[in-house]
Amino acid sequence: MIRIEAEPFDPAAELAAFTARVPGAGAVVSFVGLVRGEDGASLELDHYPALTAKAVAAIGEEARARFGLAGLVIVHRCGALAPGEPIVFVAAAAAHRRAAFHAVDYMMDRLKTEAPFWKREHGPDGPRWIEARVSDVEDRARWG
Amino acid sequence: MATILFFGRLQDAVGTNALAATLPDDVRDTDAVRSWLGSDHPELCDPSVRIAVNAEMTAANRAVGDGDEIAFLPPMSGG
Repeated sequence: MIRIEAEPFDPAAELAAFTARVPGAGAVVSFVGLVRGEDGASLELDHYPALTAKAVAAIGEEARARFGLAGLVIVHRCGALAPGEPIVFVAAAAAHRRAAFHAVDYMMDRLKTEAPFWKREHGPDGPRWIEARVSDVEDRARWG
Repeated sequence: MATILFFGRLQDAVGTNALAATLPDDVRDTDAVRSWLGSDHPELCDPSVRIAVNAEMTAANRAVGDGDEIAFLPPMSGG
């Protein structure tokens, strides 16, 4: 299940709902990404709705096929976010833990570099666009 | 008329997030759109900037015309 949300969401509720939907799975792994609050900078997340929904869904489907998942969920925020707010929630269910761990890592690496979102930080020095770091691209390259 | 969208830092470079534009007669594919707009906004010609047509990523040059939505996408930063 893939959702792009304009409003804050509750990762604990997402995990509980997801776990209830995959009763036969032996492993569920989840990840929550938060807006860093180092300097109180808020974040604005621009996206291209028609393209973003398709691109995120494709990442999910490729993870499902590659790791043989029993289920997955990706919830990604758009719009204005405050420090400490969840920005992304990814969970994968599989028969055994290794596939679920790898699937979450894989989906995050792809979201960081290939999901059509653009981040703008609003800090003390004014607005600044943030692009994927070299390390994000290297992380993505591990999966071929 | 074609709709041309700009995302991320390209909004600041171009000064807007959307244009409704009549494509010149000799601008009939994505490479030509890039060169045409890139003469005023060279950021659009950077190889890291990708183009989507009607919300489909393009991997190579493709034909465009009236009614198409052409989007310029700088490197993405989700997650």
